[in-house]
Amino acid sequence: MPARIPPLAVTAYSATSALGRGVAAHAGALRMGRGGLRANNFSSAPLECFVGRVEGVEAAALPQASSHWECRNNRLAWLGLNQDGLLDAVQAAIERHGADRVALILGTSTASIGASEEAYRRLEDAHFPHDLRRPGIHTPHSLTAFVAEATGITGPALTISTACSSSAKVFASAERMMRLGLADAALVGGVDTLCDSVLFGFNALELVSPESCRPFDARRRGISIGEAAAFALLERADVAPRSPRLIGYGESSDAYHMSTPHPQGRGARAALDDALARAGLREDQVDYINLHGTATLKNDEVEAALLGERFPQRVRASSTKGFTGHTLGAAGGLEAVFSLIAIEQGLVPGNLGCTQPESVCAHQLALQSEEREIRVVLSNSFGFGGNNACLAFARADFE
Amino acid sequence: MSELRVHIEGIGAWLRGAPDWNTLRALLRGETDLREDAPSKPAAAALPQAERRRAPEAVLLAAEVAGQACRQANREPSSMPCVFASTHGELSITDYMCAILATAPRELSPTKFHNSVHNAPAGYWTIATHCEHASNAVTGWHASFGAGLLEAATLVNAEQTPVLFAAYDTASSGPLAEMTRTTQPFGAAFVLAPANDSGTPSIALRLRSGSTFDLLPLPPSLGAPAADNPLNAHALAFLHVLAQDSPARLTLPAASGLLLDMEVGSANR
Repeated sequence: MPARIPPLAVTAYSATSALGRGVAAHAGALRMGRGGLRANNFSSAPLECFVGRVEGVEAAALPQASSHWECRNNRLAWLGLNQDGLLDAVQAAIERHGADRVALILGTSTASIGASEEAYRRLEDAHFPHDLRRPGIHTPHSLTAFVAEATGITGPALTISTACSSSAKVFASAERMMRLGLADAALVGGVDTLCDSVLFGFNALELVSPESCRPFDARRRGISIGEAAAFALLERADVAPRSPRLIGYGESSDAYHMSTPHPQGRGARAALDDALARAGLREDQVDYINLHGTATLKNDEVEAALLGERFPQRVRASSTKGFTGHTLGAAGGLEAVFSLIAIEQGLVPGNLGCTQPESVCAHQLALQSEEREIRVVLSNSFGFGGNNACLAFARADFE
Repeated sequence: MSELRVHIEGIGAWLRGAPDWNTLRALLRGETDLREDAPSKPAAAALPQAERRRAPEAVLLAAEVAGQACRQANREPSSMPCVFASTHGELSITDYMCAILATAPRELSPTKFHNSVHNAPAGYWTIATHCEHASNAVTGWHASFGAGLLEAATLVNAEQTPVLFAAYDTASSGPLAEMTRTTQPFGAAFVLAPANDSGTPSIALRLRSGSTFDLLPLPPSLGAPAADNPLNAHALAFLHVLAQDSPARLTLPAASGLLLDMEVGSANR
């Protein structure tokens, strides 16, 4: 088992999703039980399904100096960076530590593939149209390269792309770099946007629900796809005595199947054990678990069994994907923000969309949002290729 | 600035005409040239036969070089975490996806879709080798090799564990090729271990701000694969140094504006 890690402070964080822009919009929507899924109106021939689309992305142009990075995914990233004082917090960290001592580690699965899709729709004589002849937006590092340039961060810059665990794993990579003294702060997070690749791709796998997704409901019919930008700034605990903490993480591989979870949840269990060990936690110290809860038959079955088997009945648990849809490569980051909101605002998000919960975890699922004291949170993220991550956060005064 | 230290216990490489590390090493030492009779596809013996037939090129490449590195290191693939780095991922699938989405989106193949994820090689590798450790799939665009190496070396030092690091890019195809410009598939892999006294080559790595670095010229037959893809060029420069079996210094980019200075100590066999 891995050794305990020194906790890191989360000194700033924000999310932009179908629930709105910034922490207050997200906390407000959770409190009201107001979800962001709507009938799909994305693309020229929309599939009949529900999506978590962010309003106003198309209108959020990048600053003139960054216009060579223009594409929908980077617009969502920029919109997200402009909430909750994130850009100021990053500048303050750069001033405190130096631009080359701040790392940038972002997760994405779509990156700006939407721009490549558009180029293929608008080919001119088998060549990309002139306005899209920009190699930087046709490669998966597009997001990180843009954010590095826009923020002035010049430390290590890495894109992690492990499907739906991408922006959970960024926290682990950042912690290792900081523990070894390669950086003094890290901006981590994830951005994924709606695009034909994921809408028609998950549709081809027959995993898309025709109605709004219903995680952990006995009658669930699959996922609703969403989009989001989420960021967190990590610094050493001594610079921010009151900020919530990243106290652990676990990573594992299922070694089972490319698109189906291990039936006994071996990989999910390994990631959980790893996270608990690094955080120095027992199961009974966990107050809330933000579940991966995609609303596919298999994921929820496996995750519900693990929850029921490993955690006491008093733990509160929910999937927030009924609110935002499955934001894929941004899900780990977005759900880290929900975890931090739970800790800082004493708010357990409800498991929107579920009215007949799987019996094995029915006691633990919070069907409606609840106000209560939350000190320790776990957040699960599982991706294609059997790629798993589990994050642990805690209030600054925990232990 | 902190220094990271790793030992290289095993190396794998694949290039058309140089399908293993021994062949490429001889080539980098000027002792031989590309082999005309070499296979045009990576053998990827680590994968089950059925997967080998249908797996995309990136998966074959990564599995081939990763398998070679583990064999040379005499380490079980299932015993260590892995980091897979690629600038673009599987370019033929990106081309396929964009083309079919532009014309007949509802005909998109579900298998091609799940093979399109950047971590497909990591997924197939962990499935084939029963590796339940952490697996990662990363990119750093023109600094993908250095960024991936830094991530892997960080993991080695933070967790005090051997780590498999593989870097590869596939050939571009279709209209996207004008943007991604990679003409030849290439892959390299390394089993990196914590500092030890096994006599294997060691590397000390340090970060430094900056963006200018010089690479030594490669043998002429390796000019083409290195010319159009920075990951290939940087991996070949790294292998070039390792092939000489003598202490050397090398600088590669780890990000835009960030350099990775490396001091390579020779094997002490």
